[in-house]
Amino acid sequence: MANNVLVIAEQRDGVLKKAAFEMLGVASELAAALGGTAQAALLGHGLTGLPETLAQYGATTVYVADDEGLDRYSAEGYTDTLADLVGKAEPAIVLVGATAMGKDLGPRLAARLGVGLASDCTALEIEDGRLLATRPIFAGKALAKVKLNADPQMATVRPNVLAAPEPDAGATATVEPVAALTDNVRATVVDIVGAGEGEIDVAEAEIIVSGGRGVGGPEGFAPVSSLAKTLGAAVGASRAAVDAGWIEHSHQVGQTGKTVTPNLYVACGISGAIQHLAGMKTSKVIVAVNKDPEAPIFNVANYGIVGDLFEVVPLLEKELQALLAE
Amino acid sequence: MNSIVCLKEVPDTETRIEVRDGKVAEEGIQYVVNPYDEFALEEALKWQEELGGKVTMVTLGPERARESILKGLAMGADEVYHLADEAFLGGDAYTTAKALAAAIEKIGDYDVIFCGKQAVDADNHAVGIMLAELLDLPHVAVVSRLEIAESGDCAKAERDIEGGREVVELPLPAVITAQKGLNEPRYPSFRGIRQARRKPFTLWGVDDVGLDAGEVGTAGAKLEVIEVTPPPSRPPGRIVEGEPADAAKEVARLLREEAKVI
Repeated sequence: MANNVLVIAEQRDGVLKKAAFEMLGVASELAAALGGTAQAALLGHGLTGLPETLAQYGATTVYVADDEGLDRYSAEGYTDTLADLVGKAEPAIVLVGATAMGKDLGPRLAARLGVGLASDCTALEIEDGRLLATRPIFAGKALAKVKLNADPQMATVRPNVLAAPEPDAGATATVEPVAALTDNVRATVVDIVGAGEGEIDVAEAEIIVSGGRGVGGPEGFAPVSSLAKTLGAAVGASRAAVDAGWIEHSHQVGQTGKTVTPNLYVACGISGAIQHLAGMKTSKVIVAVNKDPEAPIFNVANYGIVGDLFEVVPLLEKELQALLAE
Repeated sequence: MNSIVCLKEVPDTETRIEVRDGKVAEEGIQYVVNPYDEFALEEALKWQEELGGKVTMVTLGPERARESILKGLAMGADEVYHLADEAFLGGDAYTTAKALAAAIEKIGDYDVIFCGKQAVDADNHAVGIMLAELLDLPHVAVVSRLEIAESGDCAKAERDIEGGREVVELPLPAVITAQKGLNEPRYPSFRGIRQARRKPFTLWGVDDVGLDAGEVGTAGAKLEVIEVTPPPSRPPGRIVEGEPADAAKEVARLLREEAKVI
């Protein structure tokens, strides 16, 4: 039985995270190489319809723990429930999204199971029957290839890097209810408060527009935010802008902020310090606007414009708006 | 209220990382206290000022780490236990958590264990959370705001999640991992720096914490690093020349027609 790959599928308020679909794609490939199948574990409350969706993305079995006590995530309730499930299902590999939840759950579950954990992986393959995972270290200044010598092999997988498979509308899965173990939860989520209504988090964004020292002050983020709004993008920031107190830390991209991999990263007034580049260099396309033609950001930018961001960014917004309206 | 703070020495975030022969080259690296661990220490010191008690640091790392760790004493921590035995080194998050757990059990008498949310070298984001599990304590990770009850029995923490924050209530003792924004770490005072070298600094080996060399470090690690490589370099970019309006128009066109991201 130990040839299956179990994906911990995260949902919040009944909506599955994209990371679950991305992991099911790679899980199917890994499982095929091991002679097993991709499975999913789904925890929460009121999960109607979600197992069917997971089946469409490749899960052949969906283990469901549907319980009021799992409505909100808790590290202890989720760990108790999943440790019990993993003990019974005996997967070869367990994958968890490297999201806020998964980065919290993965280490606790790994320690409970007494196994190692490959964190925040960006590539997964099978070599000689074992998982070979690639993970950025030093915020992406280097890549480490790692193997795990205890079973199950556990990894958290960075969202937004692997492509989600095309859903197969005809695919079905065996749905297996499992016990929710919620009696030993000490740390309880009592509330969830929003950082900013309707804002997109940089960690989840497809497009990020970022401002750096060049914006000059909190009000200097206006053209940055405006372009972000036009593109449906998240607003990012360099450490310089955050440390100056111009914008909240939740926006910071870089080694002491978030590491991001959007489709498009627009850097406005960001010089490109090593610690910032480390956090955004794996973006698929990078645009840089900076006054200084020598700024290191231009070394990683696909398209650079040397100029004043306060002049160039609104112009860029106007042009993009026109294209989007076509 | 007694706190234990776990600290790690890491390369400065401004350090260029060179990869040679499948490993990170060590020469030329400037080492500092992991930035997130400074937030952890500051929080412990802040609550010490409020509620009294002792702040004890634990660190796992080579002898070299002593210099970085002195900064923690200079900031105000009362003493430090340094797990510097060769046998502790070269491990993974699990063996590090295991060694720290054994040391902390031996130190005992604590209400809160503070860690940074992750070390900025290995980026595991795991040690503090694993430590909580191994000590059978509750935890809250990535904490950007903390309140501890005057009784020292319970706490309320806010942790960053995508697009917001979870508010978590928990009994103490517990593990808290610090996020940037939790506080503003203090600079060591001249007096603090002078006093740092006179504060208790205890070196512990595997025997001291009751572990076998085979359980920790490289020998006990469950994660094996096969190879380290430099990240793939990006294709050389281009500067789009011209008047701002023309350059903007051209970049917009390239984003749609060439890069196909708009």
